[in-house]
Amino acid sequence: MAEVALRKVVKRYDDVEAVRGIDLDIADHEFIVLVGPSGCGKSTTLRMIAGLEDITDGDITIGGDVVNDVPPKDRDIAMVFQNYALYPHMTVAENMSFGLRLKHYPKAEIKARVTEAARLLDITDLIDRKPKQLSGGQRQRVAMGRAIVRNPKVFLFDEPLSNLDAKLRVQMRIEIKKVHQKVRTTTVYVTHDQVEAMTLADRVVVMNKGRIEQIGTPNELYHKPATRFVAGFIGSPAMNFIPCRLEDVGGKLNVRLTDRISFPLPPARAARYSALPRTENLLLGIRPEHLTESNAHLEPGVETFDTVLDVTEPMGMETLVYFGLEGTPICGRVDPNAGAKDGAPMRLAMDLNNMHLLNEATGAVL
Amino acid sequence: MAFFLTLPLILLIALFVLYPAFYSMHLATLNKSMQKFVALGNFTFLFKRDTFWMVVRQSCIFALTAVFFKALMGFIVAHFVHNLPAKGQRKWRGMLLVPWVIPPAMSTLAWLWLFDPSYSAFNYTLSFFGVGPIPWLGDTFWARFSVILVNVWYGAPFFMIMYLAALKSVPDQLYEAAAIDGANWWQRIWYVTLPMMRNIIAITTLFSLIVTFANFDIVRILTSGGPLDSTHLFATWAFQVGIQSSDIPLGACVSLFMVPILAVAAIFILRDVNKRGNEA
Repeated sequence: MAEVALRKVVKRYDDVEAVRGIDLDIADHEFIVLVGPSGCGKSTTLRMIAGLEDITDGDITIGGDVVNDVPPKDRDIAMVFQNYALYPHMTVAENMSFGLRLKHYPKAEIKARVTEAARLLDITDLIDRKPKQLSGGQRQRVAMGRAIVRNPKVFLFDEPLSNLDAKLRVQMRIEIKKVHQKVRTTTVYVTHDQVEAMTLADRVVVMNKGRIEQIGTPNELYHKPATRFVAGFIGSPAMNFIPCRLEDVGGKLNVRLTDRISFPLPPARAARYSALPRTENLLLGIRPEHLTESNAHLEPGVETFDTVLDVTEPMGMETLVYFGLEGTPICGRVDPNAGAKDGAPMRLAMDLNNMHLLNEATGAVL
Repeated sequence: MAFFLTLPLILLIALFVLYPAFYSMHLATLNKSMQKFVALGNFTFLFKRDTFWMVVRQSCIFALTAVFFKALMGFIVAHFVHNLPAKGQRKWRGMLLVPWVIPPAMSTLAWLWLFDPSYSAFNYTLSFFGVGPIPWLGDTFWARFSVILVNVWYGAPFFMIMYLAALKSVPDQLYEAAAIDGANWWQRIWYVTLPMMRNIIAITTLFSLIVTFANFDIVRILTSGGPLDSTHLFATWAFQVGIQSSDIPLGACVSLFMVPILAVAAIFILRDVNKRGNEA
């Protein structure tokens, strides 16, 4: 077990800069998830930690030692690949024990470790099978078992659940979390699925275009995104961004969305935004769950407006409603019994206590 | 109905495989003038000839050595080509295939010049180092060496292209997993590459063993079996006995000896392929 640190790490392929100088400190026992759209540099970062890619510039340390030029086998890491990368000609037990056998561990210890890992992952019955005879989920367990028996300093996961179907993915997500609770090895996990990132991570690292956009706990990222990218990437359905301007109406600070819609800001928000120039082009960021059906008892800071719905999507526990506000498509979540219908008018309530205000030009959350 | 659809193929096999096979078996039981049935007389005659046993031994040595070096060269060259940058790879692959694409009768003639004891490029080059002249085709050892060399030169590209295809089908992530598991390059070849290529290796080796064992053109052009019959293989000796010495039944008898030897090899290797076939 060990902490991992990245210092100004850069990866350049010929003329493309895949990773542009990232700094990251991963504590011992921590479960870190790197998340971002494809091509954001998250897999490259993981492969650099593994030693499968050279780093162009900067330093990577594992357990305090700089490992820039240490080959993968001497870094004491274990990796789980997207397509499992099990050796097809070896049995489950042979696959799991391969690394230990190469290091000439005593036979009894290898057997003990494999048995223990198999028990932990519930694959004891499969130990003599070949990978071909296993389902996707079972293969993924074996790949994890291969990592666990090594008892490495760091686990690296490269999109391990992407090849599984949706149901199995949820199940394996929970399995991975359980395993980490038992084994407590420092883990770096790469995914493009923000739900996976939110559910698994102690801390999430959101990456975009080779840079880190924000590092934080899942709740921090969700409630206090630092940039428009993070605000839009985390959460499903994504946050709505509505062009707006601030204005002073009768001594109170208002946010004007359209010619006919202008809401007074709740006191806490008004205090925070009062210094902003009134002419600046801003974006109001509001999550779908803060756009609900209007009811008789409105909390302070909740404002209503009337609109005509374009499309509704009944999800069972909620109904997603889509409508436009001066050309900006917007999504809200209403109670399934609120009577939302395609093409019907509806009065919606916007909870401005949970709003975000962004600079349209820079994308920074204000 | 199914039978009628396969009938053309059955007829073709009967005409071009079964008929010649049985006809040669029939021929092998006749006397030299093909007038009298002598049963296994030709076979018992062969068993008493030293030359026959020498040809058996030479065919085995020739086929095993040549196939071994073809496989080894093919494996090494395939690795080099595989690790070339993708841009120039096609060009190299094409050039390396040339020996296999040229008709062997033609390319062997070029080798014949190269092996010439007085005027050849080989001996000329070696003379600068104070070596030689080597009687490439005139000495028993060097003649055997030369026919094997030319056969390896001719056959290695086939192994190279087959192994290259096999190498390309091994997922990169297996090597990465092995690298993380602590395997060095040799262990990666031993524990990942070779097991993954096992079937291709078995099939190419079997195929090449059959073709090499039955080789005719290279030996015929380079040495015609000489010196002192020391480079004769089954096919060239059968040709000499059957056609040149006009004892067709005895020649048929010689070539029939290849069948059991190759059948045994084929059974062993194909059984292994079947057993492993459903793993990957």
